[in-house]
Amino acid sequence: MFILKKFGQLLVTVILVTLFASLLLELLPGDPTEVLIPSGSDQQREDLRQELKLDQSFAVRYSTWLGNFATGDLGNYYTVSSDRPVSDRLWQSLPVSLLLMFYAQMLALIFAIPLGVLTAYRKGTWFDRTSNTAAFAMLAIPNFALGFLLQYYLGVKLGWFKTSGYASPSESPIEHLQYMILPTITLAVGQIAIYMRLLRSDMIATLQQDFILMAKAKGLKSKRILFRHALRPSSLTLLTVAGLNIGTLIGGALIVEVVFALPGMGLMLFEAIGRRQIVAFQSMVAVIAILYILVNFAVDLLYTVLDPRIRNANKS
Amino acid sequence: MSIGNQIDGLPTPSGTPGAPKLLEVRDIVTRFTTDRGSLTAVNGVSLSLERGQTLGVVGESGSGKSVLSRSIMGLLPRANTERSGQVIFEGKEISGLNDTEYRELWGDEMAMIFQDPMTALNPVMKVGLQITESLRFHLNMSKADAKDTAIALLKAVKIPEPEKRFSSYPHEMSGGMRQRVVIAVALACGPKLLFADEPTTALDVTVQAQILDLLAEQQRERFMGIILVTHDLGVVAGRADEIAVMYAGQVVEQAPTALLFSEMKMPYTEALMSAIPKLTDASHTRLAAIGGRPPDLVNPPKGCAFSPRCPYVQPRCHEEAPALTPSPTAPEHLFACFYPIGSPETEEIRLRIAAQRLMATAPQFVTPAQGPPPIGEVPAPPSTADQPEGM
Repeated sequence: MFILKKFGQLLVTVILVTLFASLLLELLPGDPTEVLIPSGSDQQREDLRQELKLDQSFAVRYSTWLGNFATGDLGNYYTVSSDRPVSDRLWQSLPVSLLLMFYAQMLALIFAIPLGVLTAYRKGTWFDRTSNTAAFAMLAIPNFALGFLLQYYLGVKLGWFKTSGYASPSESPIEHLQYMILPTITLAVGQIAIYMRLLRSDMIATLQQDFILMAKAKGLKSKRILFRHALRPSSLTLLTVAGLNIGTLIGGALIVEVVFALPGMGLMLFEAIGRRQIVAFQSMVAVIAILYILVNFAVDLLYTVLDPRIRNANKS
Repeated sequence: MSIGNQIDGLPTPSGTPGAPKLLEVRDIVTRFTTDRGSLTAVNGVSLSLERGQTLGVVGESGSGKSVLSRSIMGLLPRANTERSGQVIFEGKEISGLNDTEYRELWGDEMAMIFQDPMTALNPVMKVGLQITESLRFHLNMSKADAKDTAIALLKAVKIPEPEKRFSSYPHEMSGGMRQRVVIAVALACGPKLLFADEPTTALDVTVQAQILDLLAEQQRERFMGIILVTHDLGVVAGRADEIAVMYAGQVVEQAPTALLFSEMKMPYTEALMSAIPKLTDASHTRLAAIGGRPPDLVNPPKGCAFSPRCPYVQPRCHEEAPALTPSPTAPEHLFACFYPIGSPETEEIRLRIAAQRLMATAPQFVTPAQGPPPIGEVPAPPSTADQPEGM
């Protein structure tokens, strides 16, 4: 039942998201063929338009794409000559983006959780105030600006990290990290601030609870009280937002990938929009939407791990 | 009415005379800094307790009784709290300890049972782990030993199927069961001193008695000193060796239980007493309440803190605060009142109030008139009969 409901949700979301995204592309002025063959004659354009079914209505094109997508065919890039399947490129770029988002999320949580816990515990002290001010500063810096700054100082001036390009972890793990570190930091910084603030306020509420006083009266060490007793009941909001934030991360990854020339989904989407690759664009948006839903589905499942009271509510 | 072992000359349970008392509290003052100013929650309380004995601390909400027990135990947050006075535990001054030193005492030497079992247990932790963690920390037990001990503890607090309950979550248990778990947690490391902060307030009346019996039984077995904090005189009546009545952060009357009930001196104690509904009352009798509200502890009233609510108030009570002094007849009976129950001034007013009650058709609480008595004739005999005399 639960699975069925989730699947229905997934279906509706994918259709709505791709429909709106494609409608937006439809609104762009100009003809895709002008981008594909800028110096082609009118006849050539007309042929290409027919070949790519651009002469048909949006509804027809969209439903054709949807039907193909449902059967696993992600379609082809619009090209003059040979067919280039979207899926080829997708399978190459998807892991890059997923890794980038995963690293950024991990980095953000690794910093945000202890900071959130400690600022709540030391509420009102200079440590708390400094961390909060730093958090607002981190939130205020736009991704791309930070990306350029890091690129210039850490990459170019100091030469510690690579500023653009990519190596897969299976080829060379060390080079992979050298390429990924700066994009990861760029993407994570804003998230650290959000997660830290969220956890801090939930922790402050939890630390007022009777069971925390009881844990203290048991003579437990503060570290154990904070991380074993208080953190878990305080982390539900953090988990929810971390799941929903995948959307923000995808948006952020798009910019970061362009800045650092990482061959991920973001760069691919960016190109697809610029080159009017409508089918490719639709397929990518659909894949991202599915990923987003799956992550949030996993978040739902994680709730029950974090809080046993939800476990029982789901059973009944 | 027997006055208990103090008068019968039985040796006190603590054994050797001259040995330091389990707990001695001298002139403890606890102030909180609030937006409105300094709030004096506990104002100069002195107490002492021997092992195996129970001290009942009674008062309304806001009388400072919970803050007192947390002050003694050192559990209050450091920020915005100002504490003074001495707390001597087994002959050692502990009020100046830091958190690391306190941790050696907490759970191990002294423990606390909290009011609401629904919130006192960690909702996302299995009951067993909540018991074993202090065993592992304080007594360095192995995992298996701690589990065995925890199951034995669950059995001791009469939880059915303790092996199964060991891996239950708190929300899978009833309120009474949870309070038993809270007690098991508190008892885990064998503390010498147990603070029970309203341990039965959140429970059904039938469960209340079971929990109190369980506490008494564990006290006998483990020879603990218990400080039983409650707003309900009925709870401490049969269980405490000594009772301290608190009002506005101060102890206003303190005596061995039997003596307190037979010869209460403070009008406040009397008011608490008459707030207990009696079985002999006709049904639908209006519940007696203490008129007025507890005083504002940021700006306490001048004179006796109870004077604005006291039915027997005299001009002097508004001017001077009475000190806690021993009764001339029984030195173990302390009270803070210029005109205690039984003095001519209070008796006169008591009769007047009783007469007014008889005159009025509906029973209601009457504040005493400040001026001349409004009634000329006082029908004496029936009025004394409806007072809780010699309870």
